[in-house]
Amino acid sequence: MTNTLDMMQIKDLRFYYPKSKIILDNITLDFVPGNIYGLFGKNGEGKSTLMKIMTGLLFPKAGYYRVLGKDISGRNVQCLQEIFMVPEDFELPGLKISTYERVNSPFYPGFSRDQFYKLIEEFKLSADENISTLSFGNKKKVLIAFGIATNTKLLLMDEPTNGLDIPSKSQFRKIMALAVDEGKCIIISTHQVRDLHSLINHVVILDQSKVVFDQPLSNISEHLWFGKPMQNERESIIYSETSFGGRAMLFRQDKDETEVDLELLFNAVLSESNKINNALNTFHDEAI
Amino acid sequence: MDFDNSKPIYLQIVDVFYENILVKKWQENERIPSVREIAVMVEVNPNTAIRAFTYLQEQEVIYNKRGIGYFVSENGYNKVLDIKRKEFMEDLLPDIFKKMRLLDINFEKVKDSFNQYLNTIDHENK
Repeated sequence: MTNTLDMMQIKDLRFYYPKSKIILDNITLDFVPGNIYGLFGKNGEGKSTLMKIMTGLLFPKAGYYRVLGKDISGRNVQCLQEIFMVPEDFELPGLKISTYERVNSPFYPGFSRDQFYKLIEEFKLSADENISTLSFGNKKKVLIAFGIATNTKLLLMDEPTNGLDIPSKSQFRKIMALAVDEGKCIIISTHQVRDLHSLINHVVILDQSKVVFDQPLSNISEHLWFGKPMQNERESIIYSETSFGGRAMLFRQDKDETEVDLELLFNAVLSESNKINNALNTFHDEAI
Repeated sequence: MDFDNSKPIYLQIVDVFYENILVKKWQENERIPSVREIAVMVEVNPNTAIRAFTYLQEQEVIYNKRGIGYFVSENGYNKVLDIKRKEFMEDLLPDIFKKMRLLDINFEKVKDSFNQYLNTIDHENK
């Protein structure tokens, strides 16, 4: 992979809060534009902390994090104007939506007013509404619309579908399918795998302070098979779970390709990460 | 679009294309929606939609006119018909045969059902 493509690089990053255990240890990740990354991990495994670091709100204790070739700790304007995060919890000022847009958009040179108001309309909100009168879900929509309209190279979203009603989730997926392009890198952290699995094309899993899995979905579906195994396939089962109605993860070999079951994959990685990574990396190397 | 979670999403998109071509919603040499439009329509990552388009191009069901868009191939309808017939004979029928044997349903019975079905269809169309 060429370095010029790497919009963000995290290398040997370590982080801990004062007087607490290590939250992130030895994290190395490259993010390439044109992709929607899914960042997964159990509660308290450092997903939100990692996102805060990626936004420049926290600095690594060791290792580095570079955006567009510059170290984040410089809080360089050229970097920060290319990063936007939609956090899980947030406070928005009691302003009209249009005022909020006027006050905040100048920070982002790629901001598109047209796009913002189109999204506001699609979310069935109106520019004259005061943000303080909106429900949590609707406030979130304002922030999502604003985040997409900034057209930053890097867009981070922490649990974006939390608080959205059912039609809005579908709306959100449409908006994201429209928003991603070759110049943008979108990272979504979520537990709502079902809401977003059709959007994500690269999976990163954090566990016990480390990155235990980092693979494009195409590589996963090429080499792993998800479904109900036949009796004679017992040996090639990598992981199975009775609560999934007998669904299991197998080495695909010459079987038909299946859709990646992200929930099953997540559980499998937490219990068998070495086995799975070895399998995928061996195949990967052979392909090169 | 509701996804069935066994088949890869890109192949499920391919099936939607096949269906549209078979029912002639999309005619031969007619322009079809763009990758982006399909991605938004079915709420998937555009990369997934691209895979569906690439696959259909390999099957010669659609073709690309550079800078203009994608079109259903000259003989796209027949191509799809061949593909779906093959799929029916090779994938669907063996399953049905297996069930027929398991449930002890003979061919005559199926034939009767089929004729009955054809009759109702005829009546409905009159």
